[in-house]
Parts: sequence; C-alpha cells; structure tokens
Amino acid sequence: MRDKNLGEIRAIIARHKLWDLIFMIVGIFALMIAVLTFMALFAHMLIDGLPRLSWDFFTSFPSRRPGSAGILSAWVGTTLVMLVTAAAAVPMGIGAGIYLEEYASKNIITEIIEINVTNLAGVPSIIYGLLALSLFVHQFGFGQSILSAGLALALLILPVVIVATREAIRAIPVVIREGAYALGATKWQTVSDHLLPYSAAGILTGVIIGLARAIGETAPIITIGALTFIAFLPPSPVKAEFPFVSFEWLMAPFTVMPIQMFNWVSRPEEAFQINAAAAGLVLVVMTLAMNAIAIYLRYRMRKNLKW
Amino acid sequence: MTQPKRLGYSYRRHLGERFIEALLFLMAFVSVAITIAIVAMLVKESIVFFEHVSLWEFFTDTEWTPLFDNAHYGILPLISGTVVSSSVALLVAIPLGTITAIYLSEFAPFAVREMAKPFLELLGGVPTVVYGYFALLFVTPLLQKIFPELPGFSLLSAGLVMGIMIIPYVSSMAEDAMRAVPMHLREGSYAMGATRFQTAIRVVMPGAFSGIAAAYILGISRAVGETMVVAIAAGMQPNLTWNPMEPAATITAYIVQVSLGDLPHGSIGYQTIFAAGLTLLLLTLIFNIIGHVLRKRYREVY
Repeated sequence: MRDKNLGEIRAIIARHKLWDLIFMIVGIFALMIAVLTFMALFAHMLIDGLPRLSWDFFTSFPSRRPGSAGILSAWVGTTLVMLVTAAAAVPMGIGAGIYLEEYASKNIITEIIEINVTNLAGVPSIIYGLLALSLFVHQFGFGQSILSAGLALALLILPVVIVATREAIRAIPVVIREGAYALGATKWQTVSDHLLPYSAAGILTGVIIGLARAIGETAPIITIGALTFIAFLPPSPVKAEFPFVSFEWLMAPFTVMPIQMFNWVSRPEEAFQINAAAAGLVLVVMTLAMNAIAIYLRYRMRKNLKW
Repeated sequence: MTQPKRLGYSYRRHLGERFIEALLFLMAFVSVAITIAIVAMLVKESIVFFEHVSLWEFFTDTEWTPLFDNAHYGILPLISGTVVSSSVALLVAIPLGTITAIYLSEFAPFAVREMAKPFLELLGGVPTVVYGYFALLFVTPLLQKIFPELPGFSLLSAGLVMGIMIIPYVSSMAEDAMRAVPMHLREGSYAMGATRFQTAIRVVMPGAFSGIAAAYILGISRAVGETMVVAIAAGMQPNLTWNPMEPAATITAYIVQVSLGDLPHGSIGYQTIFAAGLTLLLLTLIFNIIGHVLRKRYREVY
C-alpha cells in the first residue's frame, strides 16, 4: 500500500518535471526565433550589400544608374537633421525632466503633464509627420526642409529624453540634495552643480537611444514630403567670409538614409535592391552601434554607482 | 549684531530662481502643447474633409479611392488592412513574447538573461524600414515556396515580420511585470512542491496579469501604428479583405502613399490623410488608455 502510493507520487513528480523541461526547451526556442530572425536579416543584407560598399558608395549622389548611385546626400542629410533634432530635443527634454522631478508640486497640472508624456510615447510616428506637415511645413512656412524634419523627429524623441532624465535624477539619493540645501544653495544651484553632473551618464544614455530611434524613422519624414531624389548637398554651414557660419542649410531640401533606402527598395530593378541592402547595412550598423554604446554606458553606470 | 549684507535676502537671486523655474515649466508644458497641436491640427483638417464627405459614407462605403475621378471615401478597406496585418503580427508576438518573458523571468540562468536582455533591446532598435526590406525580399520569397499562390505583396509577410519586430516590446514589459511579483509568492508555491512551470503559470502569471495585459495592449497599439513594414511589403492598394494572403493598404500605408505623390496643399486628397490620421490616433488612443489603466492597477497590487 505505502509502496504503491510512493510510486504514484514519484510518477506525478516525474510528469511535472518533464513539463518543466519541455517548457524550458520551448522558451529557448522562442528566444531563438527572435535571435535567428535578426541573424537572417543581417546575413541577408550582408551578402547582398557588402560587395556594394565602397568609398564611392559614400561619396556619390543617387543616380538613375544603380551601379554609380551612392548615399552622399543621404548621410549628409541624416547628420544635419540629427543636429537639429538634438539641438531641439535635448535641452527641452532635460528641462522638462528636471521640472517634473525637482520643481513640480503635486497638483493637477503636473499630473496632466505626466499622463501626457506617457501618451505621447504611444502616438504612432506617422502622426508626428502629419503634425509637422500641417504646422511646420505649411503654417510656419518652413517648407520641406531640414528644419521641419529635425523638429518633427525632436517631438518624436522628446518623451524618451524626458523619461531618461527623470529616471537618472530620481536615482540620486536625497542626502545629496539635503547637503546642498544645508550649505545654502538655491534650487537651481543644487540642480546645476549636483544633480545634473551626477545624472549626466543616465541622461546621455537616453539621448543616444532617442537619436538612434530618430535616425531610423522614415514615416514622419515621408509625410512632410521630403524629396527622394536629391543630387546636391545643402549649403555649407561654414562660410569663408564674416560671420563664418550660415544657417541657410536649415531651409534646404534634403534626403536621409532611411528615405534613400525606401526609395531603392520600392524599385523593381534588382540592382537598386542591392543598393538598398548596402544602405540598410550602413543604417543598421549606425543604429546598433548607438544602441550598443547606450547599453554599455548604462551597464558601466550600474557597476560603478555607489552612493 | 547685524547680519552681513551678502547673506541677507537677495532680490536678484530670488528673481533668477523664479525665472529658471518658469523656463523649466514651459519646457515641461511643451509636451502638453504638442498633444493639443496634434489634436487641433487633425480635427481642423478633418472638419474640412467631413464637410465634403458625410460620416455615414466614411464608415459604410466599401471603397477608398479618393484620388480617382470617381471618388469614394469609405475608410473600411483601410481598417480591414490594418486589422488583418495587426492580427497576424499579434498571433506571432503575443505567444512568442509571453513565452520569452516567462522563460527569461522564471527559467533562464543569470548569464542567459544578462545576454538576452540587451540583445532583445538591440532588436527593438533596428529601423523599421530595414524590417520592411527584410519582409519584402526575404520573407515573401520564403513564404512563396510554401504557398506558391502568394502574391509579391501580402499582409501575411508584413504581419509576420511586424510580429517578430514587436516581440521585444511585449516580452520586456511582460517580464518586468512578472519580476514585480514578490519572491515570497514563488517561495510559497515551491514550498508546496510545485515545479517552476506550475509556479510560473499558476502563481506568477495571475499575479502579473494586468501588467502582462498592458504589454499586449501596447503591442497592439504599436502594430496598428506601424508604417514602413506594411507600406513596403503589403502593397499600397486599398482592398477590402480579411484574407492575409492578399495585398492591401493599411491606414498608415495610405498616408505614406499620398505623401509620396505631390498633392496640392488644401485639396480634398490632402485632407484625406488627416482624416485617416485622426482615425489612427483614435484607435491607438483607445488602446493606450486601456494599457495605462491596466498598468496603474497592477502597480497598486503589491
């Protein structure tokens, strides 16, 4: 009698242990699907695109002949648009983050702002494109320019920067603030001399992740009506004569990397799709490198952080 | 004894502080201004559109051909495209994302988790246009070997790739929810002789239910708003169909298609993209609100 029971219990345990094992295999399998898909994507692009990557590819304009087409105007455009995006989103996002974390009192306005930031992060990117089309391109008369595109992407990544700033500032212990106040510092002195320097790495991580996202965004830029065939560069920001800098480039028409890639993908000729693979490879390496830097920074920060 | 003057109340210092606070408040208020601007702009342009087209026609007409001579303005074909592609994506992302989350939260050894989390994060950072390229030139030919009748553009391949793209979002949020379940609940379950699998399914998952549900809902909202994958791999022809093997346009793909052309500012064709955008915003807003409510609730449990 006792032996029989024991045998049954052992059978039940064995069965459940088997389920455990099965699920573990299924789990690894599920994880592998995501990983393998990425490997396939990367390998496919590498095989098609790598032979196309050469110095000429980076220094030529797009062309009707796929063999001599390049991404010069695209990467210059991406760089300039990112300059505008960073210049607008970084100060604004950090300022908003500081306000919400250090200044805001608990009231209805603060709550509205907080809910808003969460909601903005969930708005599809193409809606920001529509906003930019209506507001920047037509209402403000910026046209289909680098300025419009940069501002559209800045609005898009603003929530990312705000959230990163808030998290970085929140991680600083209260004793730091109390120490500063005890020595007679004002609020702003506390923020600028203590909180900002200590949270700089965390904020930087958020900014890099935000910019990596902005580099790959295609939909909002298509929506503002960016041209896809641009065989010239925007006017140079540096001038030979006084005052040496010029902001004409802000209003110039442009193209960016993802738009150039989209343009090549949607053509039927296979030669252009090889160009698309090469452009995609550059784009993926760029965004992955930025994300990897951000992840590494965060890892270092967590390791070194001892208050 | 009088106080030295430099330690007294400084009007200038006080004013400077006030000024900075006001400036920071303005920066924070920009996010509200953006929301107001988005809603105001979409509504303003859509009102002009709905003066031309009745709401009844918008929601019941089965054709969407605003750029043709014989114009029809029925949003249904775009909605069907959006629903089908999102459904395919969710059929991939929800099971795989959930399993990945359970595995990472309950089963995976520390080293695997430390490797997998950053990798999944990297996956989420790949530009969507690259996923579109992958869907059109890798997944579609692959699927055509299995289903020879599959056309060059299809909701199926776009949806599949979109699903894999969403896995990291779903899994990381669901995992966070499961990690928030207190350890003593697990320990209690183990003490009763439950295995890891039993604990994960019967204790951790119910405990993290609303967080997991929020992850699903944000996954839905992402699938509905996704643009480039469907624009590249699903074709851009509006098509009232519930069959994933057909090409069709989603709301977002339509906006892209119109923007690629050269429509004059203020024409009815120009206003259609705002009406489509308003529909899209309302759809995602509903999902976001549900997700927000669910997340708020799970935070308060423990």
